[in-house]
Amino acid sequence: MTGLSPDDWIALRLSLKVAAVATLASLPFAIGVATVLARARFPGKTLLDAVVHLPLVMPPVVTGYLLLLAFGRRGPVGAWLESTFGLVLSFRWTGAALACAVMGFPLMVRAIRLSIEAIDARLGSAAATLGAPPAWRFLTVTLPLALPGVLAGAVLCFAKALGEFGATITFVSSIPGETRTLPSAIYAATQTPGGDATALRLTAVAVAVSIGALALSEWLARRVRRTVGGDA
Amino acid sequence: MIEVDVRLDRGAFRLACAFRSDSGALALFGRSGSGKSTVLGLIAGLLRPDAGHVRVDGETLVDVAAGVFVPPHRRRVGVVFQDALLFPHMSVRGNLEYGRRFGARGRPVDADAVIAMLGIGHLLARRPGGLSGGERQRVAIGRALLSGPRLLLLDEPLASLDFERRQEIMPYVQRLRDELGWPLVYVSHAVDEVARIAHDVVLLDDGAAIAQGPPGQVLAPDGARGASGRFGAVSVLEARIERHDDAYGLTGLAHPAGPISVPGRLGPAGAPYRLLVRATDVALAVQRPRDVSFRTVLVGTIRAIDTDDGPTARVDLELRGGDRLVALVTRKAVDELALDAGDEVFAMVKATALDERALAYAPRVR
Repeated sequence: MTGLSPDDWIALRLSLKVAAVATLASLPFAIGVATVLARARFPGKTLLDAVVHLPLVMPPVVTGYLLLLAFGRRGPVGAWLESTFGLVLSFRWTGAALACAVMGFPLMVRAIRLSIEAIDARLGSAAATLGAPPAWRFLTVTLPLALPGVLAGAVLCFAKALGEFGATITFVSSIPGETRTLPSAIYAATQTPGGDATALRLTAVAVAVSIGALALSEWLARRVRRTVGGDA
Repeated sequence: MIEVDVRLDRGAFRLACAFRSDSGALALFGRSGSGKSTVLGLIAGLLRPDAGHVRVDGETLVDVAAGVFVPPHRRRVGVVFQDALLFPHMSVRGNLEYGRRFGARGRPVDADAVIAMLGIGHLLARRPGGLSGGERQRVAIGRALLSGPRLLLLDEPLASLDFERRQEIMPYVQRLRDELGWPLVYVSHAVDEVARIAHDVVLLDDGAAIAQGPPGQVLAPDGARGASGRFGAVSVLEARIERHDDAYGLTGLAHPAGPISVPGRLGPAGAPYRLLVRATDVALAVQRPRDVSFRTVLVGTIRAIDTDDGPTARVDLELRGGDRLVALVTRKAVDELALDAGDEVFAMVKATALDERALAYAPRVR
């Protein structure tokens, strides 16, 4: 009925898994960095801002290669992760998730930071005068009010992760069933004689998934706005 | 008991302010930019002074020299902000209950009584976005109270409201003071609000406390000049209810300088009231007036006449009994009546000028 081959399904499922893991795993860090960038004042803030945005402006291949250098089995971080946690990233789907997370991170931080900056900081002051300690103020005032931005950031990151190609293929290659996500599969199909039909099928899948993700995020955003927004 | 001695330097704005007060109803009064809200922020812990200290009931909240800074959430000092600052993502109930979680160590509060007193029981399920300005401010007061603060700071709580809403909120603040006996610090640039709420007034100007005392002394006549200009000049008189004239719907108050008549039926005989008299509502006579409609005639002595080449003149009186009264009359009248400092005059006030916004039940607290 769907006309998708088993390989197509594998690529689709892998893409969704990689994008979901990349988004969820980087979300807490993105919220933390966005909060710091939005509210804190410290020397080196510009540097942090620049580092976070780097993957947005660098060629994805460069990001992927840097990841390979750092997180490859012989890279300093990769070797440490393997010896300490037994976690291998290079040429694994977890590595693909890391590459996608790094590429989506700036988009996520931007969206969350903007929504935190839009919150009246005096609401936090009001909460403080009511006896709320800082962490509680963040959880009960800042975070719920920033939820639309958090959601938007997560959707952006997810979309970016679904489409990520350059960093992924450089860092973890394109291994069927392990790291061959939708974009990788489409690219592979176009490089194969007679692969046009596959490429076309997968392209249709990518379009459908993108539209579905957009619709879902729109629906969620409307729900959140209704809960968070001030209207009775 | 509140003790403030702070310095703060923010470029163009310098604050160097010191005062102490035992009153349960203290007002910080001054025009915009005089540093009132800054002082409030320093008491609440939302700002840090460059030097000095703040003590409340003997506890040091900040002392720069001693390296003490109690963060705002441990100060048990509640704040009602000018624009309420309710949490938009919570219901009114959620807002009210927000501080309850942390209020256990504070003053015990009867939540139902506070909600009833503020008349916000029917709003509990609503969102702040759907409330009127007056309702929002009442919820903000309730939210601050329910956190059980030992001291309640009100930062121009009525400034963003229109006249009607202001009259709606004012009685609640007075009930807070009188029925609950809650210690409060009230910041405002509006003379009538301060006259109705405060028992002790600190006048701030340009970041410094330049005068302190009961409203009658600080607000008028000299004090109010700084804040409100000539046409806004007011005086504050302290009087007691003497009798009710039910046939005419009037209340008579006793004042050392003469009887005062106001419309409406006010509290029981003997109750102390504070009256706010606008300088523009006062007329002067050199002899005891007869055959005039004024029911309020007060005897006093001219202290000073302030005039220039303009059409008006400000006449400062010391009434019998010590209260001060300022009258704004024409320069022509001053010349034709040959008014001069030291003269005894009769000040007349229209009863209808003394409506509800000019009257405040003013029990002596402590």
